Amino acid sequence: MKGDFKTRLSFLIMGIGQMMRGQWIKGFAFLITEVLFIVYMIRFGGVYLSKLPTLGTVETHKEGRKTVYGDNSFLILLFGILTLIVIAVFVFLWYLNIKDNLKQEELLKAGKTLPSNKKVLSSLFDGHFDKTLLAIPVSGVFLFTVVPIIFMICIAFTNYDDKHQAPTNLFTWVGLDNFKNLLSFGTQGMAPTFFKVLAWTLVWAFFATFIDYFLGLAVAILINKKEVKLKKLWRTILVLTIAVPQFVSLLYVMKLFANDGLINGYLLKWGFISSPIQFWVDPMLARITIIVVNIWIGIPYLMLIATGLLMNIPAELYESAKVDGATGWQMFKSITLPYMLFVTGPFLLTQFTNNLNNFNVIYLLTQGKPQSMKLANKAGSTDLLVTWLYKMTVNDTNYKMAAVLGIMVFIVTAVVTMVVYNRLPSVRDEEGFQ
Amino acid sequence: MSKTDNNSSMSRKKTANTVWAYIVLIMISIIWLFPFAGLLLQSFRSYDPKVEYGGMVDYLIPKHFSLDNYRFLFSGQTNFLRWYGNTLVIAIFVSILQTMIILCVSYALSRMRFAGRELLMRFWLILGMFPGFLTMICLYFLLKQFGMTQAGAVPGLILVSVASSGMGYYVCKGYFDTIPKALDEAARIDGASRARIFFTMIIPMSKPIIIYTALVAFMAPWCDYIFASYVAFGHDESYNVAVAMTRWVWTNDYQGYFTRFCAGGILIAIPVTVLFMALQNYYVEGVTGGAVKG
Repeated sequence: MKGDFKTRLSFLIMGIGQMMRGQWIKGFAFLITEVLFIVYMIRFGGVYLSKLPTLGTVETHKEGRKTVYGDNSFLILLFGILTLIVIAVFVFLWYLNIKDNLKQEELLKAGKTLPSNKKVLSSLFDGHFDKTLLAIPVSGVFLFTVVPIIFMICIAFTNYDDKHQAPTNLFTWVGLDNFKNLLSFGTQGMAPTFFKVLAWTLVWAFFATFIDYFLGLAVAILINKKEVKLKKLWRTILVLTIAVPQFVSLLYVMKLFANDGLINGYLLKWGFISSPIQFWVDPMLARITIIVVNIWIGIPYLMLIATGLLMNIPAELYESAKVDGATGWQMFKSITLPYMLFVTGPFLLTQFTNNLNNFNVIYLLTQGKPQSMKLANKAGSTDLLVTWLYKMTVNDTNYKMAAVLGIMVFIVTAVVTMVVYNRLPSVRDEEGFQ
Repeated sequence: MSKTDNNSSMSRKKTANTVWAYIVLIMISIIWLFPFAGLLLQSFRSYDPKVEYGGMVDYLIPKHFSLDNYRFLFSGQTNFLRWYGNTLVIAIFVSILQTMIILCVSYALSRMRFAGRELLMRFWLILGMFPGFLTMICLYFLLKQFGMTQAGAVPGLILVSVASSGMGYYVCKGYFDTIPKALDEAARIDGASRARIFFTMIIPMSKPIIIYTALVAFMAPWCDYIFASYVAFGHDESYNVAVAMTRWVWTNDYQGYFTRFCAGGILIAIPVTVLFMALQNYYVEGVTGGAVKG
């Protein structure tokens, strides 16, 4: 054991060393943490932690007419996780406390004075300003993103579904059963549906990203042409689809393509067709329509971005290409496109992963329909993994499978990101293009 | 071939190109504007069953222009004004709080070097790969503990949107990175604290990115369907416009709520669109900067 008795005392009572050396504020902060931790563990955390391995054993039952509530698996899991995290944070703070004590001891031994209490406080706005700035954002993310994600990952390993609803019924750990179910091709297995939905998710993300990208680029080049007047007007018209809230514009467009919608209405009236085109009923047609409607939403973003970037391409490149007799297409192929792809590589990747999770477009247009008997768990032909996940959560309360799907979405996103990111020219070779 | 001939054929080709460009642009404009024109026209269709029908019809221009649908929205037969107010309150609070949080995170990550900085950035990047509403039921439960569901859904939605907003720092940090560090160092030599530099130097210099961040944050709640529908479930008074009016479209149109949806949509779209158009330049700057940084 290192340190003098003040430091050693801090092993047991956090912050006491600091206080004995005159650093009241810091010492008090440590002490309060310890007291709070102990109270939390005794009053609250300990019970939940001890039930975590089973997620509760006492079922809710009836005694005569009275309902006696048993263990609530949901609460046990949530607070059990929270308690584990609290313990981890406490151990870390304890370690900091010891480290701080040793540091102070050394400073005093070297004959220096410790910073005053006031200085310690004001450093929170100077040298340690990062701690002040990040305190709220980091705890917000922690409480509202990290804890829920850990919780949901755990749910994937339980049997929490419509038949095991807390607080009436208990649910418990089932290991890898849910994953096996998702990936099994047996009669009860969900694998055929899962892979179909996954395939459409990838196809959708690919088309939604690249069609929009190239068309957006084309429109930007068109508007950028020297001869085209009223540039501002054309851009403003396109940008309307970004400005109007998507639920208004997409729901209206959904109705536009409906069987009794305007498009079918006019086509019928003018005699081009004799029965309505089944835009949202035919699975293949629904998929194509979604991609087409998404172009309407997507082009303006790309147009805006491309317009800014196109101006960065040195004009001399085009001048000298013209002197060499290059056609417009050749210039596009060998100057514009390589530059754009180079600069927007990481952006394209984010676009792609965003489209993998593009809930709004799919859900507002089709809600994943048309449904098919061939697909398990009420999946529809245009469902992405995320819309399927949403429906499982909200309509079927099949939380365990929703959690498994969520993990799958994460894996797909992470794999795509890792594979593509390291191959991007702008990442591999930052100076390459210049 | 003489020189003049060559020139005139070149210029003829050029004119032809320009004409084509205009034709394409006009066609694009028609496609882009058509749905909005339709929305506007149909919102004026009369709702009186003796005159016209409020559901889906196969013509664009109403036979009788009237303000029936708008009158209905303001008549108090539905909670339309309430929904509108809810969404506006959410949007304003989210916009202000989210901008503050993003500015704090961006400054800390751009300017300060501390233990765990890289780790934090990488950790948040990985967290971002989980689908957002995977955690819906857990968040719902957390909010319920504080009474922030159903009747209290509005503060609940604000809390959830703001709590995790620190993770969206990329664009703003990218902007801060472009402000020369030499400025900070000069100020520090003069004795300014980090907090002072942040409030009196960096923030005033970041007007474009602040407006961009606030604008994006303001627009998002108008489309928030997923979480809003879950948190406010079954409590009509605390719906936002997206949740409430989506029902009107999905009712299979028995009551002919379609034209009312159009009218409501117009009332929502106009202020948001005007705001967006007024701040368009800041938006373009933010989006372009973000795209290059990735």
